[in-house]
Amino acid sequence: MHEMALCLGIIEIVEQELRRRSFSQVRSVCLEIGALSHVAPEAIMFCFAAVATRTVADGAVLKIVELPGLAWCMTCSKSVEIARRGECCPCCGSYQLQVTAGEQMRVKELEID
Amino acid sequence: MCTVCGCGEQASLTGHAEADDGQGQGCCRAHVQDDCDRHHVHLHGDQSLQHSYRARHSHNHHDRPGHQQAHGGQAFPSCGAGPAALKVSGMSSERVIQIGRDILGKNNGIAVDNRARFVADDLLVFNLVSSPGAGKTSLLVRAASELRRSRPIGVIEGDQQTSNDAERIRAVGVPAIQINTGKGCHLDAAMIGEAYRRLPLLTRGILFIENVGNLVCPAAFDLGEACKIVVLSTTEGEDKPLKYPDMFAASSLMLINKIDLVSVLEFELGRTIEYARRVNPTIEVLAVSARTGEGFGALYAWIDKQAAHLRRAAEDTRR
Repeated sequence: MHEMALCLGIIEIVEQELRRRSFSQVRSVCLEIGALSHVAPEAIMFCFAAVATRTVADGAVLKIVELPGLAWCMTCSKSVEIARRGECCPCCGSYQLQVTAGEQMRVKELEID
Repeated sequence: MCTVCGCGEQASLTGHAEADDGQGQGCCRAHVQDDCDRHHVHLHGDQSLQHSYRARHSHNHHDRPGHQQAHGGQAFPSCGAGPAALKVSGMSSERVIQIGRDILGKNNGIAVDNRARFVADDLLVFNLVSSPGAGKTSLLVRAASELRRSRPIGVIEGDQQTSNDAERIRAVGVPAIQINTGKGCHLDAAMIGEAYRRLPLLTRGILFIENVGNLVCPAAFDLGEACKIVVLSTTEGEDKPLKYPDMFAASSLMLINKIDLVSVLEFELGRTIEYARRVNPTIEVLAVSARTGEGFGALYAWIDKQAAHLRRAAEDTRR
């Protein structure tokens, strides 16, 4: 359940923003989560509400933008989309893939009052 | 409950086990205290700040045209907000601020600091990861007792509870710090930074970190190590790399342990390697037995290669 630790990290980022800027309420927190990141969006959704209780993000809506996984296929020399690690190239069936995108776990935006 | 250190919400430091570091000093109390403080500060720290922001909002502005699209991952338009924190009569004042910060940014920052300390101390650091029971501690006991003849060796042990593993390492004359994570499922960079301060100087040596037995969570956390080594035992079956691909993708070396049992198991070494390379085409593989010592010569040669590589990289940086 490292998602709980990640949610604590999200709250900490929100609190740092609160100290940097002056706002009274966080209405929503928007995350970017890559398909090849170390996190399941559903697990983050589940953990966030529990972790946010009695913090600056209490009651905030969590939104997740899921980003696709991309890899460079060394066999057919082009960029291909993959949903998870261990999948083969959808073009040539090779497993010689180098992941190039989709590992993000970022707080993208806050909607604040 | 703090989900990393496992203590109660009203943090009680006395609830944590205190392991002996072999020098008559508690080795994990300070770390755990630091960890609890770190995690509790934002939960219970500045109550006056937090309580002003607790009001739940009614969130009906999604009906407005354009807003739905905004949360679809495209460009976020202004939500009709006034300037920052300015309440305008008849207008909603919510606004969107761009953050763009890595959720693991804090851990990764500490990992960068750890790595710089390790490089400054000319220390090679490996992070051993596996499922429970793959044989990490047995591997370390053999490697530590043999490698200590030629260079300084230190070990940081991670487990939810007990100091059993650290005691096994200390029994072969190698300093070891035990980190108990409580309910936590992984080690993080701050824990390693604190534990490292408690080890003796290991200049030109090797630090082994034995992570919590878990093939999922530790994959996400950079500790400042030179590389991760994933241990898979022959009794676990060939398809672990496909079941837990993140960990095998994050590792530089796969050690296939308990190779001495392969004759009594239906275990196909070639298939295991093929599956691992589906998720990580560049992963290196060595078959070993912590019980018999088979394959340890190749492991030490691999370690020497990593040490030479690290020295070359450090020299290139200094130039």
